[in-house]
Amino acid sequence: MNKGTIKQILLITDGCSNQGEDPAAMAALAKEHGIVVNVIGVMENYETDDRGMKEIDNIASAGGGVSQVVQTKQLSQTVQMVTRQAMTQTIKGVVNQELQDILGDSQSMEDLPPEKRGRVMEVVDDLGETVNLEVCILVDTSASMKTKLPTVREALLDLSISLTSRMGENQFCLYTFPGKRKATSKIMSWTPKIDHISQVFSKLASGGVTPTGPAIRDVIKSFSTSSRRHLISHDDEAYDDGPRY
Amino acid sequence: MTMKPMMMDQDIKLHPGTRIYGKWHKKTYQIMRHLGSGAQGTVYLAHSNQGEVAIKFSKDPSSLISEVNILKRFVALQGDPLGPYLYDVDDWVTNKGTINFYVMERIKGVTLDDSIRHKGFEWVYVFILQLLKDLSRLHELGFVFGDLKPENLMITESNYRIRCLDFGGTTQLGHSIKEYTEFFDRGYWGMGTRKAEPSYDLFAVMMIFIYAAERRRFNKTEHPRDQLIQKIKTNPKLKPFEKILLKALAGQFHHANDMRQAFLYKMNETNRIESRITRRRTATSPSKKRYQKKKTVSGWIGASVWAVVIIALYVMYTVLYVM
Ligand SMILES: Nc1ncnc2c1ncn2[C@@H]1O[C@H](COP(=O)(O)OP(=O)(O)O)[C@@H](O)[C@H]1O
Ligand SMILES: [Mg+2]
Repeated sequence: MNKGTIKQILLITDGCSNQGEDPAAMAALAKEHGIVVNVIGVMENYETDDRGMKEIDNIASAGGGVSQVVQTKQLSQTVQMVTRQAMTQTIKGVVNQELQDILGDSQSMEDLPPEKRGRVMEVVDDLGETVNLEVCILVDTSASMKTKLPTVREALLDLSISLTSRMGENQFCLYTFPGKRKATSKIMSWTPKIDHISQVFSKLASGGVTPTGPAIRDVIKSFSTSSRRHLISHDDEAYDDGPRY
Repeated sequence: MTMKPMMMDQDIKLHPGTRIYGKWHKKTYQIMRHLGSGAQGTVYLAHSNQGEVAIKFSKDPSSLISEVNILKRFVALQGDPLGPYLYDVDDWVTNKGTINFYVMERIKGVTLDDSIRHKGFEWVYVFILQLLKDLSRLHELGFVFGDLKPENLMITESNYRIRCLDFGGTTQLGHSIKEYTEFFDRGYWGMGTRKAEPSYDLFAVMMIFIYAAERRRFNKTEHPRDQLIQKIKTNPKLKPFEKILLKALAGQFHHANDMRQAFLYKMNETNRIESRITRRRTATSPSKKRYQKKKTVSGWIGASVWAVVIIALYVMYTVLYVM
């Protein structure tokens, strides 16, 4: 399990989906494909929208990821924190699985005495630093998101600073929804350089409905087909149209 | 495999008198009062067999374990302590679930943040020099502090010594910084990566200096680099240290000790110039009256800066060499 790949969808939205499949179901589907779904809810005033917050929570739970609702100005730090925590969570999940295989029953990291837990955490830390990361960024560009897009761009550039500071490799791609005649449009295909987003962002058009479920379903396909099975997959598998290193 | 979101949004609130019982090491602690809270956790003062201790509870168990891993390394260390002494790590089983905690030495004093608000700017040099010394040792051990900011630094009541707290952001050299705070983070200011290297911490030291002079945090503008340079060049408290601060800003100090030496050298230098100026002034007063009048404002600012530097030098000597 030395050098694997973690696959994540990073969904940035401001609330309620209103078209197509239940986004939580599609997130659960992503999880079955070995892809974790993280959700950032961007709100102007996050006290108000209960339904939106519930949906955001549900998508992340179903997708095995982390969710956080933030006000626009805190977006940068949240995006990187959520990505990082989800990565640690995925690795911990795999490590826990391994522990269960070795120690049997319901043993997990939390059941170990503090001393041993510390050792395991060092391993988790190391893996988080060296593992390869594939993040498909999925941005809601429905009408209500228009004023928030410059901040989203800023936050993604900030995320790139954090991720490129890691030792492991990174691959990013960017999709927005709703698309022209489909649920999503592909804005940027897989690349190790997230800063390219800077240029494409100015061209983003916003408006239309919010097909969050179909959008998630769509981007699952963007990940390489051959290595979807495991949350941490190994490098020796061949990629088709997925990220290339 | 169950995975649920790890982030708990609510802080841990405990009443004085609450008994904390450790599941593994069977020690009991009694909560006395709240000491402080940060982004990750809450720290309480408590009674124990060892006397008064500080107990930290964290929202994120992973962050707590990483922190303990670092503190453990310090226990065996010779010389001045780099962080609070670690006494115990355990789990507290409550009817609402298990809470991880660790027990450490209680550091009596105020945070640098409070100290900056109540003490003169001259103290900041002293604390920064002490801090650079500690950072140099930490870097030598192979770690970068990471989340360096006034709330994570304490000034001890007994001997005015700076002590680092909160090693949740402390990261192995070469890895990516685990936790940071935007205002003190060079990534936020567009001045470099978040790779753990000594220059990352030294940038934060420079920001602490700016913060102490400006007494507030401000947001970045369109051109963050120029904005910081402008602050350094125009604030009379920062101006004398312009060269050093700009070098730290650009990430050109690779060792904490180099930055420390630069500060020490600068203070000696300004002290020499200052004594020359005072000598000359007493010799030539009458003929320069008209010229001096024009210069009053900038001269006055200059004089107050020099005065501060002299006081700083004095304080520095007493604290660094006598205590
Ligand atoms: N050992 C200690 N002794 C006294 N006060 C402490 C100690 N540790 C923490 N504190 C206080 O608690 C606050 C929060 O602790 P910190 O470890 O920084 O939490 P966080 O990880 O959430 O930032 C600190 O700013 C400080 O005021
Ligand atoms: Mg703190």
